[in-house]
Amino acid sequence: MSKGMRTTLIVLALLAMLALLAPWITPYSHEHIDWQHQAAPPSLEAAHWLGTDRLGRDLFARSMQALRVSMLIGVLAALVSVCIGVAWGATAGYVGGRVDALMMRFVDIVYALPYVFIVIILSTMFERGSIAALFIAIGAVGWLTMARIVRGQTLGLRRREFIEAAIASGVRTPQILWRHIVPNVAGPVIAYATLAIPQMILFESFLSFLGLGVQEPFASLGSLINEGAQEMESSPWMLLVPATLLTILLLAFNLLGNGLRTALGSRDE
Amino acid sequence: MLAYTLRRIAGLVPTLFVLATLSFFIIRLAPGGPFDQQQTLPPAIRANLDAAYGFDRPLIVQYARYLAGVAQGDLGPSLRYKDFTVTELIARGLPLSLTIGLAAALLAFFTGVPLGAYAAWRANSVADHAIMSFSMMGVVLPGFVVGPLLALMFGIYWPIFRVGGYEPGELSYLVLPVITLALPVSAYIARLMRNSLEEVLCANYIRTARAKGLTASAVLRRHALRPALIPVVSYLGPAVAFVVTGSLVVESVFGLPGSGRFLIQGAVDRDYPMVMGMILVYGVLTLVCNLIADLLYAWMDPRVRLA
Repeated sequence: MSKGMRTTLIVLALLAMLALLAPWITPYSHEHIDWQHQAAPPSLEAAHWLGTDRLGRDLFARSMQALRVSMLIGVLAALVSVCIGVAWGATAGYVGGRVDALMMRFVDIVYALPYVFIVIILSTMFERGSIAALFIAIGAVGWLTMARIVRGQTLGLRRREFIEAAIASGVRTPQILWRHIVPNVAGPVIAYATLAIPQMILFESFLSFLGLGVQEPFASLGSLINEGAQEMESSPWMLLVPATLLTILLLAFNLLGNGLRTALGSRDE
Repeated sequence: MLAYTLRRIAGLVPTLFVLATLSFFIIRLAPGGPFDQQQTLPPAIRANLDAAYGFDRPLIVQYARYLAGVAQGDLGPSLRYKDFTVTELIARGLPLSLTIGLAAALLAFFTGVPLGAYAAWRANSVADHAIMSFSMMGVVLPGFVVGPLLALMFGIYWPIFRVGGYEPGELSYLVLPVITLALPVSAYIARLMRNSLEEVLCANYIRTARAKGLTASAVLRRHALRPALIPVVSYLGPAVAFVVTGSLVVESVFGLPGSGRFLIQGAVDRDYPMVMGMILVYGVLTLVCNLIADLLYAWMDPRVRLA
Protein backbone atom coordinates (compact mmCIF):
# COMPACT_ATOMS: atom_id res chain seq x y z
CA MET A 1 0.00 0.00 0.00
CA SER A 2 1.46 3.32 -1.06
CA LYS A 3 1.86 6.34 1.16
CA GLY A 4 -0.74 8.29 -0.82
CA MET A 5 -3.33 5.59 -0.37
CA ARG A 6 -2.68 5.38 3.35
CA THR A 7 -3.21 9.14 3.62
CA THR A 8 -6.50 9.02 1.71
CA LEU A 9 -7.69 6.12 3.85
CA ILE A 10 -6.88 8.09 7.00
CA VAL A 11 -8.68 11.14 5.63
CA LEU A 12 -11.76 9.07 4.81
CA ALA A 13 -11.75 7.35 8.20
CA LEU A 14 -11.47 10.73 9.93
CA LEU A 15 -14.34 12.15 7.90
CA ALA A 16 -16.51 9.14 8.63
CA MET A 17 -15.75 9.32 12.36
CA LEU A 18 -16.40 13.04 12.44
CA ALA A 19 -19.70 12.53 10.66
CA LEU A 20 -20.78 9.74 12.98
CA LEU A 21 -19.67 11.40 16.21
CA ALA A 22 -20.91 14.88 15.31
CA PRO A 23 -24.12 14.67 17.38
CA TRP A 24 -21.95 14.28 20.51
CA ILE A 25 -19.42 16.92 19.50
CA THR A 26 -21.69 19.86 18.78
CA PRO A 27 -24.49 21.01 21.10
CA TYR A 28 -26.78 21.68 18.11
CA SER A 29 -28.85 19.28 16.08
CA HIS A 30 -29.26 19.58 12.33
CA GLU A 31 -32.75 21.05 12.65
CA HIS A 32 -32.37 23.22 15.75
CA ILE A 33 -33.02 26.86 14.96
CA ASP A 34 -30.92 29.37 16.86
CA TRP A 35 -32.97 32.57 16.62
CA GLN A 36 -30.11 34.68 17.98
CA HIS A 37 -27.68 33.67 15.25
CA GLN A 38 -29.21 33.71 11.81
CA ALA A 39 -26.81 33.65 8.87
CA ALA A 40 -24.03 34.14 11.43
CA PRO A 41 -20.40 33.77 10.34
CA PRO A 42 -18.26 31.06 11.96
CA SER A 43 -17.60 31.89 15.62
CA LEU A 44 -16.24 30.07 18.63
CA GLU A 45 -18.27 31.76 21.41
CA ALA A 46 -21.66 30.72 20.07
CA ALA A 47 -20.25 27.25 19.29
CA HIS A 48 -21.29 27.69 15.65
CA TRP A 49 -17.86 26.63 14.42
CA LEU A 50 -18.80 26.81 10.77
CA GLY A 51 -21.47 29.49 11.05
CA THR A 52 -25.22 29.13 10.60
CA ASP A 53 -27.58 29.19 7.65
CA ARG A 54 -30.29 31.73 6.87
CA LEU A 55 -32.72 30.17 9.33
CA GLY A 56 -30.13 29.93 12.11
CA ARG A 57 -29.39 26.23 11.87
CA ASP A 58 -25.83 25.22 12.78
CA LEU A 59 -23.81 24.57 9.63
CA PHE A 60 -21.45 22.11 11.30
CA ALA A 61 -24.33 19.96 12.50
CA ARG A 62 -26.04 20.20 9.13
CA SER A 63 -23.00 19.40 7.04
CA MET A 64 -22.08 16.46 9.25
CA GLN A 65 -25.60 15.10 8.90
CA ALA A 66 -25.27 15.66 5.13
CA LEU A 67 -21.93 13.84 5.15
CA ARG A 68 -23.59 10.85 6.83
CA VAL A 69 -26.30 10.80 4.16
CA SER A 70 -23.78 11.15 1.33
CA MET A 71 -21.48 8.40 2.58
CA LEU A 72 -24.37 6.07 3.35
CA ILE A 73 -26.00 6.55 -0.03
CA GLY A 74 -22.65 6.33 -1.80
CA VAL A 75 -21.71 3.02 -0.21
CA LEU A 76 -25.17 1.45 -0.42
CA ALA A 77 -25.79 2.53 -3.99
CA ALA A 78 -22.36 1.28 -5.02
CA LEU A 79 -23.21 -2.03 -3.35
CA VAL A 80 -26.52 -2.30 -5.21
CA SER A 81 -24.83 -1.53 -8.51
CA VAL A 82 -22.05 -4.03 -7.82
CA CYS A 83 -24.55 -6.83 -7.11
CA ILE A 84 -26.60 -6.20 -10.25
CA GLY A 85 -23.55 -5.53 -12.41
CA VAL A 86 -21.65 -8.65 -11.34
CA ALA A 87 -24.67 -10.93 -11.76
CA TRP A 88 -25.53 -9.44 -15.15
CA GLY A 89 -21.99 -9.32 -16.52
CA ALA A 90 -20.96 -12.78 -15.28
CA THR A 91 -24.10 -14.38 -16.72
CA ALA A 92 -23.76 -12.64 -20.07
CA GLY A 93 -20.07 -13.42 -20.36
CA TYR A 94 -20.33 -17.03 -19.24
CA VAL A 95 -23.47 -18.09 -21.11
CA GLY A 96 -22.41 -16.24 -24.25
CA GLY A 97 -24.10 -16.52 -27.62
CA ARG A 98 -27.48 -14.93 -28.16
CA VAL A 99 -28.13 -14.36 -24.46
CA ASP A 100 -24.89 -12.41 -24.23
CA ALA A 101 -25.71 -10.36 -27.33
CA LEU A 102 -29.18 -9.52 -26.03
CA MET A 103 -28.07 -8.67 -22.50
CA MET A 104 -25.23 -6.46 -23.65
CA ARG A 105 -27.39 -4.80 -26.30
CA PHE A 106 -29.70 -3.78 -23.47
CA VAL A 107 -26.74 -2.36 -21.57
CA ASP A 108 -25.65 -0.47 -24.69
CA ILE A 109 -29.06 1.10 -25.13
CA VAL A 110 -29.36 2.24 -21.54
CA TYR A 111 -25.75 3.40 -21.73
CA ALA A 112 -26.57 5.62 -24.68
CA LEU A 113 -29.16 7.52 -22.65
CA PRO A 114 -27.82 10.26 -20.46
CA TYR A 115 -27.50 8.75 -17.00
CA VAL A 116 -28.91 11.81 -15.29
CA PHE A 117 -32.21 11.59 -17.17
CA ILE A 118 -32.82 8.07 -15.99
CA VAL A 119 -32.08 9.03 -12.42
CA ILE A 120 -34.41 12.03 -12.74
CA ILE A 121 -37.22 9.87 -14.13
CA LEU A 122 -36.67 7.28 -11.43
CA SER A 123 -36.54 9.87 -8.68
CA THR A 124 -39.93 11.21 -9.76
CA MET A 125 -41.29 7.70 -9.30
CA PHE A 126 -40.69 7.68 -5.59
CA GLU A 127 -42.14 9.80 -2.85
CA ARG A 128 -39.89 12.79 -2.61
CA GLY A 129 -37.39 12.66 0.22
CA SER A 130 -37.33 8.91 0.66
CA ILE A 131 -33.62 8.20 1.01
CA ALA A 132 -33.98 4.45 0.53
CA ALA A 133 -35.79 4.90 -2.77
CA LEU A 134 -33.19 7.43 -3.84
CA PHE A 135 -30.26 5.07 -3.44
CA ILE A 136 -32.13 2.25 -5.18
CA ALA A 137 -32.76 4.58 -8.10
CA ILE A 138 -29.13 5.65 -8.26
CA GLY A 139 -27.74 2.15 -7.77
CA ALA A 140 -30.14 0.60 -10.24
CA VAL A 141 -28.71 2.61 -13.11
CA GLY A 142 -25.11 2.61 -11.88
CA TRP A 143 -24.44 -1.04 -12.69
CA LEU A 144 -23.84 -0.66 -16.42
CA THR A 145 -20.09 -0.07 -16.36
CA MET A 146 -19.70 -2.83 -13.80
CA ALA A 147 -21.60 -5.26 -16.03
CA ARG A 148 -19.28 -4.43 -18.92
CA ILE A 149 -16.13 -4.88 -16.87
CA VAL A 150 -17.27 -8.18 -15.38
CA ARG A 151 -18.40 -9.51 -18.77
CA GLY A 152 -15.01 -8.70 -20.29
CA GLN A 153 -13.21 -10.50 -17.47
CA THR A 154 -15.56 -13.48 -17.64
CA LEU A 155 -15.01 -13.91 -21.37
CA GLY A 156 -11.32 -14.37 -20.64
CA LEU A 157 -11.97 -16.81 -17.79
CA ARG A 158 -14.49 -18.97 -19.63
CA ARG A 159 -11.88 -20.81 -21.67
CA ARG A 160 -9.50 -21.46 -18.77
CA GLU A 161 -8.68 -25.00 -17.67
CA PHE A 162 -10.17 -24.82 -14.20
CA ILE A 163 -13.57 -23.88 -15.64
CA GLU A 164 -13.33 -26.73 -18.09
CA ALA A 165 -12.44 -29.03 -15.21
CA ALA A 166 -15.46 -27.82 -13.26
CA ILE A 167 -17.76 -28.44 -16.24
CA ALA A 168 -16.22 -31.88 -16.78
CA SER A 169 -16.78 -32.86 -13.17
CA GLY A 170 -20.45 -31.93 -13.48
CA VAL A 171 -20.70 -28.65 -11.54
CA ARG A 172 -23.85 -26.79 -12.50
CA THR A 173 -23.76 -23.38 -14.17
CA PRO A 174 -24.96 -21.26 -11.21
CA GLN A 175 -22.36 -22.99 -9.05
CA ILE A 176 -19.61 -22.32 -11.57
CA LEU A 177 -20.61 -18.66 -11.75
CA TRP A 178 -20.69 -18.24 -8.00
CA ARG A 179 -17.72 -20.39 -6.98
CA HIS A 180 -15.31 -19.96 -9.89
CA ILE A 181 -16.15 -16.85 -11.92
CA VAL A 182 -17.15 -14.32 -9.26
CA PRO A 183 -14.10 -14.82 -6.96
CA ASN A 184 -11.81 -14.47 -9.96
CA VAL A 185 -13.23 -11.13 -11.04
CA ALA A 186 -13.12 -9.74 -7.50
CA GLY A 187 -10.00 -7.61 -8.07
CA PRO A 188 -11.29 -5.28 -10.77
CA VAL A 189 -14.72 -5.33 -9.15
CA ILE A 190 -13.36 -3.99 -5.86
CA ALA A 191 -11.33 -1.32 -7.63
CA TYR A 192 -14.27 -0.22 -9.72
CA ALA A 193 -16.66 -0.33 -6.76
CA THR A 194 -14.41 2.13 -4.94
CA LEU A 195 -14.55 4.39 -7.97
CA ALA A 196 -18.33 3.94 -8.13
CA ILE A 197 -18.81 5.31 -4.60
CA PRO A 198 -17.82 8.89 -5.48
CA GLN A 199 -19.98 8.67 -8.60
CA MET A 200 -22.96 7.69 -6.52
CA ILE A 201 -22.23 10.45 -4.01
CA LEU A 202 -22.06 12.83 -6.92
CA PHE A 203 -25.41 11.73 -8.30
CA GLU A 204 -27.11 11.99 -4.96
CA SER A 205 -25.67 15.47 -4.42
CA PHE A 206 -26.62 16.44 -7.95
CA LEU A 207 -30.23 15.37 -7.45
CA SER A 208 -30.36 17.12 -4.09
CA PHE A 209 -28.83 20.20 -5.66
CA LEU A 210 -31.69 20.23 -8.15
CA GLY A 211 -34.18 19.75 -5.33
CA LEU A 212 -35.13 16.22 -6.37
CA GLY A 213 -33.16 14.34 -3.74
CA VAL A 214 -32.93 14.59 0.04
CA GLN A 215 -35.62 16.94 1.39
CA GLU A 216 -35.84 19.33 4.36
CA PRO A 217 -35.31 19.18 7.30
CA PHE A 218 -32.55 16.80 6.24
CA ALA A 219 -29.64 18.15 4.29
CA SER A 220 -27.38 16.69 1.66
CA LEU A 221 -24.09 18.21 0.55
CA GLY A 222 -25.84 18.99 -2.74
CA SER A 223 -28.75 20.81 -1.15
CA LEU A 224 -26.38 22.70 1.17
CA ILE A 225 -24.35 23.84 -1.84
CA ASN A 226 -27.54 24.94 -3.54
CA GLU A 227 -28.60 26.98 -0.49
CA GLY A 228 -25.08 28.34 -0.12
CA ALA A 229 -24.91 29.40 -3.75
CA GLN A 230 -27.99 31.56 -3.26
CA GLU A 231 -26.48 33.32 -0.26
CA MET A 232 -22.87 33.40 -1.35
CA GLU A 233 -22.71 37.16 -1.74
CA SER A 234 -23.59 37.89 1.88
CA SER A 235 -22.55 34.65 3.61
CA PRO A 236 -19.87 32.84 1.60
CA TRP A 237 -19.26 30.23 4.33
CA MET A 238 -22.61 28.65 3.52
CA LEU A 239 -21.21 27.74 0.11
CA LEU A 240 -17.58 27.15 1.05
CA VAL A 241 -18.18 24.62 3.84
CA PRO A 242 -20.24 22.04 1.93
CA ALA A 243 -18.27 22.63 -1.28
CA THR A 244 -14.98 21.91 0.52
CA LEU A 245 -16.40 18.81 2.20
CA LEU A 246 -17.72 17.41 -1.06
CA THR A 247 -14.41 18.14 -2.79
CA ILE A 248 -12.41 16.31 -0.13
CA LEU A 249 -14.81 13.38 -0.12
CA LEU A 250 -14.79 12.97 -3.90
CA LEU A 251 -11.02 13.43 -4.22
CA ALA A 252 -10.32 10.92 -1.45
CA PHE A 253 -12.57 8.21 -2.88
CA ASN A 254 -11.21 8.74 -6.38
CA LEU A 255 -7.59 8.60 -5.27
CA LEU A 256 -8.34 5.46 -3.28
CA GLY A 257 -10.06 3.84 -6.26
CA ASN A 258 -7.25 4.75 -8.65
CA GLY A 259 -4.69 3.43 -6.20
CA LEU A 260 -6.59 0.17 -5.78
CA ARG A 261 -6.96 -0.19 -9.52
CA THR A 262 -3.23 0.10 -10.05
CA ALA A 263 -2.49 -2.20 -7.13
CA LEU A 264 -5.02 -4.89 -8.07
CA GLY A 265 -4.86 -4.44 -11.83
CA SER A 266 -1.13 -4.92 -12.26
CA ARG A 267 -1.34 -8.37 -10.72
CA ASP A 268 -3.29 -10.18 -13.42
CA GLU A 269 -1.74 -8.42 -16.40
CA MET B 1 -18.00 4.01 -45.19
CA LEU B 2 -21.49 4.66 -46.62
CA ALA B 3 -22.72 1.21 -45.57
CA TYR B 4 -21.34 1.78 -42.12
CA THR B 5 -23.03 5.18 -41.87
CA LEU B 6 -26.40 3.80 -42.95
CA ARG B 7 -26.10 0.88 -40.56
CA ARG B 8 -25.41 3.25 -37.69
CA ILE B 9 -28.34 5.55 -38.60
CA ALA B 10 -30.67 2.54 -38.77
CA GLY B 11 -29.44 1.57 -35.31
CA LEU B 12 -30.73 4.87 -33.91
CA VAL B 13 -34.38 4.04 -34.54
CA PRO B 14 -34.82 1.19 -32.03
CA THR B 15 -32.89 3.13 -29.39
CA LEU B 16 -35.18 6.13 -29.81
CA PHE B 17 -38.22 3.90 -29.66
CA VAL B 18 -37.00 2.32 -26.42
CA LEU B 19 -36.27 5.78 -25.04
CA ALA B 20 -39.77 7.08 -25.84
CA THR B 21 -41.43 3.94 -24.49
CA LEU B 22 -39.39 3.80 -21.29
CA SER B 23 -39.91 7.46 -20.47
CA PHE B 24 -43.63 7.25 -21.23
CA PHE B 25 -44.36 4.30 -18.98
CA ILE B 26 -41.94 5.04 -16.16
CA ILE B 27 -43.20 8.55 -15.68
CA ARG B 28 -46.79 7.32 -15.61
CA LEU B 29 -45.89 4.88 -12.86
CA ALA B 30 -44.81 7.77 -10.68
CA PRO B 31 -47.15 8.57 -7.80
CA GLY B 32 -48.87 11.94 -7.94
CA GLY B 33 -50.30 13.59 -11.01
CA PRO B 34 -50.01 17.04 -12.57
CA PHE B 35 -53.40 18.17 -11.28
CA ASP B 36 -53.18 17.30 -7.59
CA GLN B 37 -51.13 20.22 -6.38
CA GLN B 38 -52.63 22.81 -4.08
CA GLN B 39 -56.25 21.91 -3.44
CA THR B 40 -58.27 18.89 -4.47
CA LEU B 41 -60.38 19.67 -7.50
CA PRO B 42 -64.10 18.89 -7.63
CA PRO B 43 -64.60 15.53 -9.34
CA ALA B 44 -66.45 17.03 -12.31
CA ILE B 45 -63.65 19.50 -13.07
CA ARG B 46 -61.06 16.81 -12.57
CA ALA B 47 -62.86 14.56 -15.03
CA ASN B 48 -63.07 17.36 -17.58
CA LEU B 49 -59.37 18.12 -17.20
CA ASP B 50 -58.51 14.47 -17.64
CA ALA B 51 -60.71 14.29 -20.72
CA ALA B 52 -59.21 17.45 -22.21
CA TYR B 53 -55.69 16.00 -22.01
CA GLY B 54 -56.81 12.50 -22.93
CA PHE B 55 -55.88 11.03 -19.53
CA ASP B 56 -59.23 9.25 -19.30
CA ARG B 57 -58.33 6.94 -22.16
CA PRO B 58 -56.57 3.60 -21.60
CA LEU B 59 -52.82 3.93 -21.17
CA ILE B 60 -52.15 2.04 -24.40
CA VAL B 61 -54.27 4.52 -26.38
CA GLN B 62 -52.45 7.44 -24.77
CA TYR B 63 -49.17 5.82 -25.66
CA ALA B 64 -50.13 5.31 -29.30
CA ARG B 65 -51.35 8.90 -29.56
CA TYR B 66 -48.16 10.19 -28.02
CA LEU B 67 -45.96 8.23 -30.40
CA ALA B 68 -48.03 9.41 -33.36
CA GLY B 69 -47.62 12.99 -32.16
CA VAL B 70 -43.87 12.62 -31.64
CA ALA B 71 -43.46 11.21 -35.14
CA GLN B 72 -44.91 14.50 -36.40
CA GLY B 73 -42.79 16.68 -34.13
CA ASP B 74 -45.66 17.39 -31.74
CA LEU B 75 -44.60 16.76 -28.16
CA GLY B 76 -47.99 17.60 -26.69
CA PRO B 77 -49.22 20.47 -24.52
CA SER B 78 -47.44 21.53 -21.37
CA LEU B 79 -49.60 20.83 -18.33
CA ARG B 80 -47.91 23.52 -16.31
CA TYR B 81 -47.44 26.38 -18.73
CA LYS B 82 -50.96 26.57 -20.10
CA ASP B 83 -51.33 27.81 -23.69
CA PHE B 84 -47.87 26.59 -24.64
CA THR B 85 -46.90 23.38 -26.34
CA VAL B 86 -43.83 21.55 -25.14
CA THR B 87 -42.27 22.01 -28.57
CA GLU B 88 -42.62 25.81 -28.30
CA LEU B 89 -41.13 25.95 -24.82
CA ILE B 90 -38.16 23.77 -25.65
CA ALA B 91 -37.55 25.61 -28.92
CA ARG B 92 -37.38 28.85 -26.97
CA GLY B 93 -34.60 27.72 -24.62
CA LEU B 94 -32.70 25.39 -26.89
CA PRO B 95 -30.63 27.93 -28.89
CA LEU B 96 -29.00 29.25 -25.73
CA SER B 97 -28.37 25.74 -24.40
CA LEU B 98 -26.84 24.68 -27.69
CA THR B 99 -24.62 27.77 -27.83
CA ILE B 100 -23.24 27.10 -24.37
CA GLY B 101 -22.82 23.39 -25.07
CA LEU B 102 -21.05 23.89 -28.37
CA ALA B 103 -18.76 26.60 -27.01
CA ALA B 104 -17.88 24.40 -24.04
CA ALA B 105 -17.16 21.38 -26.22
CA LEU B 106 -14.87 23.41 -28.48
CA LEU B 107 -13.12 25.04 -25.55
CA ALA B 108 -12.60 21.65 -23.92
CA PHE B 109 -11.14 20.13 -27.07
CA PHE B 110 -8.80 23.01 -27.86
CA THR B 111 -7.47 23.29 -24.32
CA GLY B 112 -7.45 19.60 -23.41
CA VAL B 113 -5.50 18.34 -26.41
CA PRO B 114 -2.57 20.80 -26.19
CA LEU B 115 -2.36 20.42 -22.41
CA GLY B 116 -2.28 16.65 -22.64
CA ALA B 117 0.18 16.68 -25.52
CA TYR B 118 2.48 19.01 -23.65
CA ALA B 119 2.31 16.82 -20.54
CA ALA B 120 3.23 13.72 -22.55
CA TRP B 121 5.97 15.63 -24.37
CA ARG B 122 7.55 16.66 -21.09
CA ALA B 123 6.58 13.50 -19.23
CA ASN B 124 7.40 13.48 -15.50
CA SER B 125 8.39 17.13 -15.50
CA VAL B 126 6.93 19.69 -13.10
CA ALA B 127 4.59 20.89 -15.87
CA ASP B 128 3.38 17.35 -16.42
CA HIS B 129 2.58 16.87 -12.74
CA ALA B 130 0.87 20.25 -12.56
CA ILE B 131 -1.28 19.50 -15.60
CA MET B 132 -2.20 16.06 -14.30
CA SER B 133 -3.14 17.38 -10.85
CA PHE B 134 -5.32 19.99 -12.51
CA SER B 135 -6.83 17.23 -14.62
CA MET B 136 -7.59 15.13 -11.54
CA MET B 137 -9.36 18.04 -9.87
CA GLY B 138 -11.27 18.86 -13.03
CA VAL B 139 -12.47 15.31 -13.51
CA VAL B 140 -13.52 14.87 -9.90
CA LEU B 141 -15.25 18.17 -9.15
CA PRO B 142 -18.83 18.52 -10.33
CA GLY B 143 -20.20 21.59 -12.08
CA PHE B 144 -22.42 22.52 -9.20
CA VAL B 145 -19.34 22.97 -7.01
CA VAL B 146 -17.10 24.63 -9.58
CA GLY B 147 -19.86 26.90 -10.92
CA PRO B 148 -20.78 28.68 -7.68
CA LEU B 149 -17.10 28.95 -6.67
CA LEU B 150 -16.19 30.55 -9.99
CA ALA B 151 -19.17 32.87 -9.71
CA LEU B 152 -18.07 33.84 -6.19
CA MET B 153 -14.51 34.52 -7.29
CA PHE B 154 -14.90 36.13 -10.70
CA GLY B 155 -18.41 37.48 -10.39
CA ILE B 156 -18.46 38.92 -6.88
CA TYR B 157 -15.05 39.26 -5.22
CA TRP B 158 -13.30 40.16 -8.43
CA PRO B 159 -16.11 41.18 -10.76
CA ILE B 160 -14.67 40.55 -14.22
CA PHE B 161 -17.68 38.71 -15.59
CA ARG B 162 -21.36 39.12 -15.01
CA VAL B 163 -23.28 36.36 -13.28
CA GLY B 164 -26.88 35.60 -12.47
CA GLY B 165 -29.25 35.93 -15.38
CA TYR B 166 -28.78 36.68 -19.01
CA GLU B 167 -29.41 39.48 -21.49
CA PRO B 168 -29.44 38.42 -25.14
CA GLY B 169 -26.21 39.35 -26.88
CA GLU B 170 -24.38 40.03 -23.60
CA LEU B 171 -21.54 37.49 -23.90
CA SER B 172 -20.05 38.44 -20.55
CA TYR B 173 -22.78 36.35 -18.90
CA LEU B 174 -21.74 33.24 -20.77
CA VAL B 175 -18.01 33.11 -20.01
CA LEU B 176 -18.17 31.46 -16.59
CA PRO B 177 -20.91 28.97 -17.52
CA VAL B 178 -18.92 27.85 -20.54
CA ILE B 179 -15.74 27.47 -18.48
CA THR B 180 -17.62 25.51 -15.81
CA LEU B 181 -19.07 23.19 -18.41
CA ALA B 182 -15.79 22.76 -20.30
CA LEU B 183 -13.54 22.16 -17.29
CA PRO B 184 -14.24 18.46 -16.59
CA VAL B 185 -14.25 17.57 -20.28
CA SER B 186 -11.04 19.45 -20.89
CA ALA B 187 -9.45 17.76 -17.89
CA TYR B 188 -10.47 14.33 -19.09
CA ILE B 189 -9.30 14.99 -22.65
CA ALA B 190 -5.94 16.18 -21.29
CA ARG B 191 -5.55 12.94 -19.37
CA LEU B 192 -6.54 10.79 -22.35
CA MET B 193 -4.26 12.71 -24.67
CA ARG B 194 -1.32 12.43 -22.31
CA ASN B 195 -1.65 8.68 -21.87
CA SER B 196 -2.17 7.90 -25.53
CA LEU B 197 0.58 10.19 -26.78
CA GLU B 198 2.99 8.77 -24.24
CA GLU B 199 2.21 5.30 -25.57
CA VAL B 200 2.52 6.37 -29.20
CA LEU B 201 5.88 8.01 -28.52
CA CYS B 202 7.25 4.62 -27.47
CA ALA B 203 6.19 2.96 -30.74
CA ASN B 204 8.75 1.56 -33.18
CA TYR B 205 7.80 3.82 -36.06
CA ILE B 206 8.47 6.86 -33.90
CA ARG B 207 11.93 5.55 -33.17
CA THR B 208 12.43 4.97 -36.90
CA ALA B 209 11.33 8.53 -37.64
CA ARG B 210 13.78 9.86 -35.08
CA ALA B 211 16.52 7.56 -36.41
CA LYS B 212 16.17 8.87 -39.95
CA GLY B 213 16.94 12.33 -38.60
CA LEU B 214 13.60 14.09 -38.16
CA THR B 215 13.58 16.71 -35.43
CA ALA B 216 11.57 15.97 -32.32
CA SER B 217 8.87 18.48 -33.18
CA ALA B 218 8.54 17.17 -36.74
CA VAL B 219 8.05 13.64 -35.39
CA LEU B 220 5.37 14.92 -33.10
CA ARG B 221 3.54 16.84 -35.80
CA ARG B 222 3.82 14.35 -38.63
CA HIS B 223 3.76 10.95 -36.97
CA ALA B 224 2.65 11.02 -33.36
CA LEU B 225 -0.30 13.42 -33.02
CA ARG B 226 -2.74 11.78 -35.39
CA PRO B 227 -2.72 8.27 -33.93
CA ALA B 228 -2.63 9.74 -30.43
CA LEU B 229 -5.87 11.60 -31.14
CA ILE B 230 -7.89 8.43 -31.73
CA PRO B 231 -8.86 7.79 -28.09
CA VAL B 232 -9.76 11.46 -27.76
CA VAL B 233 -12.06 11.28 -30.75
CA SER B 234 -13.72 8.16 -29.39
CA TYR B 235 -14.32 10.04 -26.15
CA LEU B 236 -16.11 12.86 -27.96
CA GLY B 237 -19.41 10.95 -27.92
CA PRO B 238 -19.56 10.53 -24.13
CA ALA B 239 -18.17 14.05 -23.82
CA VAL B 240 -21.14 15.45 -25.68
CA ALA B 241 -23.52 13.48 -23.48
CA PHE B 242 -21.72 14.97 -20.52
CA VAL B 243 -21.98 18.50 -21.86
CA VAL B 244 -25.68 18.03 -22.58
CA THR B 245 -26.49 16.88 -19.06
CA GLY B 246 -23.98 19.26 -17.54
CA SER B 247 -25.81 22.17 -19.14
CA LEU B 248 -28.76 21.42 -16.82
CA VAL B 249 -26.60 22.20 -13.82
CA VAL B 250 -24.85 25.17 -15.33
CA GLU B 251 -28.11 26.76 -16.42
CA SER B 252 -29.51 26.37 -12.95
CA VAL B 253 -26.33 27.62 -11.23
CA PHE B 254 -26.00 30.73 -13.39
CA GLY B 255 -29.71 31.36 -13.87
CA LEU B 256 -29.57 31.10 -17.64
CA PRO B 257 -32.88 30.78 -19.50
CA GLY B 258 -31.88 27.65 -21.44
CA SER B 259 -34.09 24.63 -21.90
CA GLY B 260 -32.53 22.59 -19.08
CA ARG B 261 -34.73 24.10 -16.38
CA PHE B 262 -37.81 22.69 -18.11
CA LEU B 263 -36.66 19.15 -17.42
CA ILE B 264 -36.08 19.79 -13.74
CA GLN B 265 -39.17 21.92 -13.22
CA GLY B 266 -41.16 19.38 -15.23
CA ALA B 267 -39.96 16.56 -12.99
CA VAL B 268 -40.95 18.51 -9.88
CA ASP B 269 -44.38 19.48 -11.30
CA ARG B 270 -45.05 16.06 -12.84
CA ASP B 271 -45.60 17.79 -16.15
CA TYR B 272 -45.48 14.50 -18.10
CA PRO B 273 -45.33 15.83 -21.66
CA MET B 274 -42.63 18.31 -20.66
CA VAL B 275 -40.33 15.73 -19.09
CA MET B 276 -40.84 13.25 -21.91
CA GLY B 277 -40.32 15.95 -24.52
CA MET B 278 -37.09 17.12 -22.89
CA ILE B 279 -35.81 13.57 -22.58
CA LEU B 280 -36.59 12.87 -26.21
CA VAL B 281 -35.02 16.09 -27.48
CA TYR B 282 -31.88 15.71 -25.36
CA GLY B 283 -31.79 11.99 -26.12
CA VAL B 284 -31.85 12.64 -29.86
CA LEU B 285 -29.19 15.29 -29.42
CA THR B 286 -26.94 12.88 -27.52
CA LEU B 287 -27.49 10.03 -29.93
CA VAL B 288 -26.82 12.16 -32.99
CA CYS B 289 -23.65 13.59 -31.47
CA ASN B 290 -22.55 10.09 -30.52
CA LEU B 291 -23.16 9.02 -34.08
CA ILE B 292 -21.10 11.87 -35.48
CA ALA B 293 -18.27 11.06 -33.08
CA ASP B 294 -18.40 7.39 -34.06
CA LEU B 295 -18.37 8.22 -37.76
CA LEU B 296 -15.41 10.51 -37.23
CA TYR B 297 -13.70 7.69 -35.38
CA ALA B 298 -14.41 5.19 -38.14
CA TRP B 299 -13.08 7.66 -40.69
CA MET B 300 -9.86 8.10 -38.73
CA ASP B 301 -9.37 4.42 -37.98
CA PRO B 302 -10.40 2.08 -40.83
CA ARG B 303 -10.22 -0.96 -38.56
CA VAL B 304 -13.47 0.09 -36.88
CA ARG B 305 -15.72 0.26 -39.93
CA LEU B 306 -14.41 -2.98 -41.39
CA ALA B 307 -14.98 -4.94 -38.22
